[in-house]
Amino acid sequence: MLNTVFMPELALMLMVLVLFFMTLGNFRTGVVQGATLVMSALTLVVAIASYGSEGMLFFDVYQVDALSQMFKVIILSGLFLVYALGRGMTGIEPKLHAEYNMFVAISALGLVFLSSSVELLTILLSLEISSYALYVVIPFRRGQGRLPAEACIKYIMFGAVATAFTLYGMGYIFGLAHTTYLSELAVAMPALIATQPLAVVAMVLVLVCFMYKLALFPMHFWTPDVYQGAANETTSIIATLPKVGAVLLLLRLVSVAGADITQYTWVLAAFAVLSMTFGNLTALVQNDLKRLLAYSSIAHAGYVMLGILTADLLGMAAAVYYIIGYLLMNLGCFYVIYNIAPEGENVTFDDLKGLSRRSPLLAMTLLVSAFGMAGIPPTIGFVGKFLVFTGAVHKGFYALVIIGVINAAIAIFYYLKMARAAYCGADDEKDPILMPATAQALGVFFIFAIIMIGVLPQEFMAAAKQAVSSLL
Amino acid sequence: MEKYLILNTLNYPILSMLLIVPVVGAVVAMFLRGDTLIKYWSLAVTLVTALISVPLWTAFDRTTAKYQFVELRHWFPELNLNYVVGVDGISVLLVLLTTFVMPLCVLCSWTYIQTRLKEFMVVLLLMETAMIGVFLSLNTVLFYIFWEGMLVPMYLIIAIWGGARKDYASIKFFIYTFAGSIFLLVSIIALYINTGTFFIPELMAHTYSFSFQMWVFIACALGFAIKMPMFPFHTWLPAAHVEAPTAGSVILASILLKMGGYGFLRFCLPIAPAATYYCVPILLAMSLISIIVGGYLALGQTDIKKLIAYSSVGHMGFVTLGIFLLNDGGIKGAMLQMINHGVTTGALFILIGLIYERTHSREIADNNKLGMVVPIYVTFLGIFSLSSLAFPGTNSFVGEFLVLFGAFQKYPLVGAIAIPGAVLAAAYMLRLLQKMVWDDSDGHAHHGDPSHKIADCNAREIIQLAFLTVFVFWIGLHPTPMLDIMDTSVAHLIEQVNDGSILSDGANHGEHHALLQDAGAWIKSIVSF
Repeated sequence: MLNTVFMPELALMLMVLVLFFMTLGNFRTGVVQGATLVMSALTLVVAIASYGSEGMLFFDVYQVDALSQMFKVIILSGLFLVYALGRGMTGIEPKLHAEYNMFVAISALGLVFLSSSVELLTILLSLEISSYALYVVIPFRRGQGRLPAEACIKYIMFGAVATAFTLYGMGYIFGLAHTTYLSELAVAMPALIATQPLAVVAMVLVLVCFMYKLALFPMHFWTPDVYQGAANETTSIIATLPKVGAVLLLLRLVSVAGADITQYTWVLAAFAVLSMTFGNLTALVQNDLKRLLAYSSIAHAGYVMLGILTADLLGMAAAVYYIIGYLLMNLGCFYVIYNIAPEGENVTFDDLKGLSRRSPLLAMTLLVSAFGMAGIPPTIGFVGKFLVFTGAVHKGFYALVIIGVINAAIAIFYYLKMARAAYCGADDEKDPILMPATAQALGVFFIFAIIMIGVLPQEFMAAAKQAVSSLL
Repeated sequence: MEKYLILNTLNYPILSMLLIVPVVGAVVAMFLRGDTLIKYWSLAVTLVTALISVPLWTAFDRTTAKYQFVELRHWFPELNLNYVVGVDGISVLLVLLTTFVMPLCVLCSWTYIQTRLKEFMVVLLLMETAMIGVFLSLNTVLFYIFWEGMLVPMYLIIAIWGGARKDYASIKFFIYTFAGSIFLLVSIIALYINTGTFFIPELMAHTYSFSFQMWVFIACALGFAIKMPMFPFHTWLPAAHVEAPTAGSVILASILLKMGGYGFLRFCLPIAPAATYYCVPILLAMSLISIIVGGYLALGQTDIKKLIAYSSVGHMGFVTLGIFLLNDGGIKGAMLQMINHGVTTGALFILIGLIYERTHSREIADNNKLGMVVPIYVTFLGIFSLSSLAFPGTNSFVGEFLVLFGAFQKYPLVGAIAIPGAVLAAAYMLRLLQKMVWDDSDGHAHHGDPSHKIADCNAREIIQLAFLTVFVFWIGLHPTPMLDIMDTSVAHLIEQVNDGSILSDGANHGEHHALLQDAGAWIKSIVSF
């Protein structure tokens, strides 16, 4: 019984173990990467197979339900895509390739644990497992001087501070409600939030760690520097997987506060609005593509938060759908960045010029991803925004939606700038970019997924609704 | 839902085929090799699409205002969102205009597009689907998807194959139209939350409070006024027109601008009738300013394409003027004016493209004294210029006459102010014609050497222009079939607007009155600002 429920975690742990033994030997990159891809695909298959199983483990701190299994599938698909995207690991020190894959897998393992954690301390432990692994991989970048080290220090410092805030908040919550189990908190918290200002403060503090992971205002400061300093492969991980985990925990913690609109909701609403406005306005002036994506991710965090804070079925399911879209569109962009920079260097707008001649597929992937993030139909990004806004209007947040819409109009400028750079001619024609068939297939997959999930959202939305219904 | 619809009785799904054929054509074109093959393939695809659309004219039931040829499929039942397409008397002519203009767009790109022909044709075909989709959608989300989806191919057409300032023009076009239409999305969501449906006929049948109508009206009207473009929002148009390649200009002028007018007729008027009535003075004023300012600016242009672009602003002013007269003559005239503008201005842009291919200049000064060099060309130029200034016997005359007739019927002052606009049109078009055909200066930049000849139109070009000439005289001399096909739907629309404004007048009288004051003051402050 225990095994079928715990299967994805066991498969992932096995994968980590195998990778650990690979670090001891001296394998070529191709072998490491091949083994990693096969194992992460197997893990994904196992996760999909265990979809639908339910159970409580380890003194009820570990809950396997539709929501957790869905996020495990999302995280493990993301993990597979991340590995597939950085196929040659060109940005990583060659002798650390096996270690790199191992730490990334450990980080994903932490997130998988996080998906099922329903008790405050377990949540914290899972989160730290995932964070520490990522702290380690950032300086694995090849060349680039002190930049990766700076990024790493910033990530650690912010992470440590965020964890401290979260622990502080947890202390208050334990003091107020005398429990650390989310299921019991869900009973006690709504009344406390309505009467005790301290409960609002405590709940906001607990969220700090997840805001940090999601890069939501005001815990966003690390984002641009870390994106810029980490290797392209690493950034594609930092930009996607931890954010998926953070969204799940935000869903769980916000739903604990109850569905009523309280002061707590308005605090989160303020964060959401500031996050999207700040992110979009700052992204307008960026020249480094990764810094631009960093600010755009801050803006997207605001949209996701808008869905989460509605705390009703439609809004929360929309947030889940949105984060799936966010994952695919960001990975699409990073796929392009990785392939443009053969030496693993950072990519600026100048490097994008003439891309449509050098590689039509990459230019197309960038176009679809950028327009998807801008929310232009018929992409997954449009449906995501549409659903989030619908959820928010449903709950009566007209002002928030209008601010969100104005932000979407601002954001179009810099996404368009990306597409335009890719499709305008360069002064000096560079060589065409040649990619193996598997890498090309990945590009086609991104284009196809971003458009098709946008055109046919029904199945995904139904699954998301079914998953979040357990929270209400 | 079925009471608004007549399901498709033809034995094939005509509307879905109109949407699918260009997309399939585009996908196939991606795998073809050789420019000539791709050109013929794209022409074949657009011609087939045009042929498929013919039954919309022949089998259209002119006696009903219901939506016809409807196809209904479940798409996203979770949100009560269906795939539903259909046409009525208002959209059918615009669909036909689209399907028949597109082969001309392929033809006028035949030699104009020198680089990346395959990509151009693919984008053109995707554009066709998006444009047809806008006119066919009976569902707000579907409408919005096509409406926004259209921006991407149009952006690419300007940004990749455009002229010298293509970067500036393409990004201005995109941001203007996107910023306008994003508010449309908010009103779509607000309408959905209010009524629980995305289905347009049901949204029309619902009665809303006055304040809600006001918000929806403002949000929608902003998007449509930008697309139109109406006076303060028109600045993207000259830039986009001048930089776009010929086919892009033709699409912009003939079809894209019509979507603003179509949006007003499909959304603003029937969904927010009371707000429409309330805003009529402002919109009429904006229309009049568009007519006069557009004409006045056209008078001062030295670039032929810019001149035609500003003349479009004036012509579209007549369209909005007709729409917001809210009477039979006005709306029918506006509808007809949209079709006419599509025919005439499309042809004028094709003509500019032809001369640009030969002399590589769009300046009037570089393209004068053509009369003795290219007689066939100037014949067509003469016909379409006269049509553009609404010379009696040509198509535009009927449209503008109906609009002015409607205006004098309802507000004689408005009609009187619009008349100088028509005179301005004559002034700038005749000036253009005189300079290009007969001007006797010797500034022949392109053929200072008298032995150098400009080639006259070839068969391909004559076919394009002759095809449009047929419509100039057909509509000009016998507009009845066109007016008949829209008659029932326009009457139904006017009835909807009148009923709606009375209903909400009675039901929300108190709120109406109070909100009228401050909403009105608010709008006025914005307008004056």
